[in-house]
Amino acid sequence: MKVELEADKCVASGQCVLAAMDVFDQDDDGIAILLEDRPAPELLDDVKEAIAVCPAAAIRLVEQ
Amino acid sequence: MHGIVVVGASAAGLAAAETLRREGYAGPLTLVGDEPHAPYDRPPLSKQILSGEWRPDRLPLRTPADLAALDLDLRLGGAATGLQLGERTVRLADGTTLSYDGLILATGVRPRRLPGEGAHVLRTLDDALTLRDRLGPGRRLVVVGAGFLGAEAAAVARRLGTEVILLEPAPVPLAHAVGAEVGRMLARVHLDEGVDLRCGTGVTEVTEDGVLLASGEVVEADEVLVAIGSVPNTAWLDGSGLAVADGVVCDVYGEAARNVYAAGDVARWHNPLFGTSMRIEHRTHAAEMGMAVARNLLAPEARKPFAPVPYFWSDQYGMKVQAYGFLRGHDEVAVVEGDLAERRFVALYRAGERVSGVLAVGMPPKAIRGWRQAVATGAGWHETVSPGALPVVRP
Repeated sequence: MKVELEADKCVASGQCVLAAMDVFDQDDDGIAILLEDRPAPELLDDVKEAIAVCPAAAIRLVEQ
Repeated sequence: MHGIVVVGASAAGLAAAETLRREGYAGPLTLVGDEPHAPYDRPPLSKQILSGEWRPDRLPLRTPADLAALDLDLRLGGAATGLQLGERTVRLADGTTLSYDGLILATGVRPRRLPGEGAHVLRTLDDALTLRDRLGPGRRLVVVGAGFLGAEAAAVARRLGTEVILLEPAPVPLAHAVGAEVGRMLARVHLDEGVDLRCGTGVTEVTEDGVLLASGEVVEADEVLVAIGSVPNTAWLDGSGLAVADGVVCDVYGEAARNVYAAGDVARWHNPLFGTSMRIEHRTHAAEMGMAVARNLLAPEARKPFAPVPYFWSDQYGMKVQAYGFLRGHDEVAVVEGDLAERRFVALYRAGERVSGVLAVGMPPKAIRGWRQAVATGAGWHETVSPGALPVVRP
């Protein structure tokens, strides 16, 4: 599974960082940064949480 | 086995449905929505959609494939009209009756309106598209209500060259929500951008030519947007036996009756983190509560109190406002970083002896995360904000 982030949709809420700190960060404007687009399986639940709480629906998991 | 019915197909209802599947629920799952559209996002309505920056095809919260993977019985374009707790059934507008074992109520809110015809409200995609087509140079818009929604719409309309008159009954916009100092600062930005902001101005009704003020004066306008808050969509629950008091009344788990939960804008529950009953109309809250109640419904033996730190943001002109916590009913506000006059600051909110909220404008959003911790842990005010000294808790 691969994580995709649409940065131009991001509203800088930082909710993804709170949910999955090992996978997401924020730049100085608050825009989300993907640290790891193929996170370890044990991080997948955190990523799914981040997808669910993202207020901009800017994160997706895609099959690869 | 009748399965689970989720009433309300916006952020909260969708999050609930997704969480049920993610947590392993494989039974029948029905998602009911009164709008004809698949679940879509509302915050961009008063921002990117109103400005024309985004086309509506960017709004759906999930792709059709994502939705299909949830294996939903998706009932769109018709509202739920009644609930019979004893029979465990929900009645729909088309006369259908849905039986359930578990029920999640996520019917959201609708805009409050004023007497008179012809005013816009801004809640749905259709509302936003209608208003968008009426904005631009040479047009005059009256916005009634300088809350966050009205302020965002006013900002977009100004940027599109519209003449904007923003009418607010309170002496200072948003004072009850963010405090008088921060409210005045936000008001100043609108004045600087050329908005004709008139505080202490109550509006009685919408007229053919504009609005009628409580003073008897008429303010003429081409278009009127009424943004004076929302009412929870609970009328359909009348007679159901559920307690309703400005929202569906729930316990700390989000449960309103046995196996009946509520989530999102429509839910009033007791947040143990702040020790108070609240109903929150924030985008992130809808998803968080949808997830929480879905888990509690599926695993009653392991259910957890829902104790979030609410979060909201607002975009006005180039300025981003972000806040964590429960700012309403605060006792004190202190600017702990930056400066209000420079429109670049972090403000902390005190309720009783604790830090209850934090709001930042023009700061790197990362900076606010450390302060969020103070809210989440219920940090003591005096330990966090010491007069004349640097705050003890640093991001």
